[in-house]
Amino acid sequence: MMTVEAPPKVDKGRVAINREICKGCGLCVEACALHVLALSHEINRFGYHPAVYQGHGCNGCALCFYACPEPAALEVYKLEA
Amino acid sequence: MSEPLYTLKCGKAGCFYPEYERKADLKDQTHYCPGCGHGITHKLMAEAIDELGIQDRVILVSPVGCSVFLYYYFDVGNVQVAHGRASAVATALKRARPEAIVISYQGDGDLAAIGSAEILHSANRGENITVLFVNNGIYGMTGGQMAPTTPVGAKTTTTPRGRNVWNDGYPLHISEVLSSLEGPSFIERVALGNPKQILQAKKAIRKALEAQIKGLGFSLVEVLSPCPTIWKMDPVEAQRYVREEMTRIYPLGAKRDRLAEAAPRPLPEAPPPLEEIPRLLKIDTRPSPPSARHLEGLEDRIKIAGFGGQGVLLLGQLIAEAGMDDGLEVSWLPSYGPEMRSGTSNCHVRLASKPVDSPLVTRPNILLAMNEPSLRKFLPDVADGGLVLYNGQHVPEDCHRPGVRVLAMPFAEMADSIGSAKAGNIVMLGALMALHPVLPDEKIDGALKRLVKTERWLELDRAAFACGKNAALELESCHA
Repeated sequence: MMTVEAPPKVDKGRVAINREICKGCGLCVEACALHVLALSHEINRFGYHPAVYQGHGCNGCALCFYACPEPAALEVYKLEA
Repeated sequence: MSEPLYTLKCGKAGCFYPEYERKADLKDQTHYCPGCGHGITHKLMAEAIDELGIQDRVILVSPVGCSVFLYYYFDVGNVQVAHGRASAVATALKRARPEAIVISYQGDGDLAAIGSAEILHSANRGENITVLFVNNGIYGMTGGQMAPTTPVGAKTTTTPRGRNVWNDGYPLHISEVLSSLEGPSFIERVALGNPKQILQAKKAIRKALEAQIKGLGFSLVEVLSPCPTIWKMDPVEAQRYVREEMTRIYPLGAKRDRLAEAAPRPLPEAPPPLEEIPRLLKIDTRPSPPSARHLEGLEDRIKIAGFGGQGVLLLGQLIAEAGMDDGLEVSWLPSYGPEMRSGTSNCHVRLASKPVDSPLVTRPNILLAMNEPSLRKFLPDVADGGLVLYNGQHVPEDCHRPGVRVLAMPFAEMADSIGSAKAGNIVMLGALMALHPVLPDEKIDGALKRLVKTERWLELDRAAFACGKNAALELESCHA
């Protein structure tokens, strides 16, 4: 009997946060229904705790992007179909 | 197995500058506080501009308030304007450049307080502009004073015991007020209270811009926006306040939507080409010829006074314009009451061979008094050696002054005898030019032709000028 290996689960999206531009307001963390964002314990050069992506679990909904007030702080990527 | 491929779905919009013109270490960041609604509103506006493909056509009007630096961020046409005047400037921009997409971005201090007149009339005229009205219910930039939009009971630096309706009035519902007008084509109130509301805000902003692109007339989106710093809340709490409290005071939704049925406004009439304007305004652009006569040292300070309706201002204007045509330096300063007739009226005229320092005449060397009260009022001001012409049969007993020549002639009656007492001012001008010949007759005639609109009056005024001049010359020859 042949067995087929199940494909590894791939996230549908990714978040990239520029930690030096982020002002740590936390609105993206609040917006994320999947709870994959958090505020870092570290501080950036302006003294803010920037938001960080935990590295997996994003579905690319981009709600965090619309909640974020900084035009260049946060980007959302989507998995190619 | 190959790495999964991810492509950018949402990032910095194309119409933002790649780097902002701020200090070196701030060139990637806006100047807004953490959690500020302006940044979100900027992003929504930027996306709408990109999606509609209008970046090259947009002129963005920056207000006074925290968003005064809009022009740091948007790679579009930018104009930063005086406090409250954004929609008035936007009106001018749109009328001058109908192909442009003009966006007036204003806060609630700018739009709802100092700029309330401008926004009301722009909306009422249905100007084909788009207004983004960011309402956070407070004066943010200046440190938290009450705005017209501040919620009842809210403590601000100017309402330390909370906004009290008996003292401070009620929150001003701009969207509802403007929706009572006929002009607007689209008005919607949106909020930045959660991602769902933010996505709705994006739709509304795009719709408002579409209304302008279609030429449907005035569109406005009111954005209920958090101000965490001044509200003294953390950003998440401020967002909740927008969602739960502000939307209770300011109901969300479209207040006006005529996108489907409105017809495009007619385009404004094209302005005349620049070179046509002097002709339209009847301005002679030829350089005025230098004075033919020797008037070195001329420094006439003329005060003309009388009742409104006696032609006091016109007389002054004639002297000033004739002087200008003759190559003199001149000024004309009218001063009159609100009445068109029968109030007092006077004007100050200066004629000089050198530049005029001030248009005020406080020590006239010539006084033209069209009535007795004016004679009495200004005679004491006349400089020694001065000349006074008085419209009357004779100079009142107590109005003689040593060192000042006071001459009475019944100018109005003289004018009446040749057609109309209203030409008394021109009879007086004729007499002045006989006694004090500083301006050539043809210059006076040129000014008359320009300032007197009808042929009938022009003829009468020419006769009046000659009548006054001859009468005064006769008087002089009798004296001689």
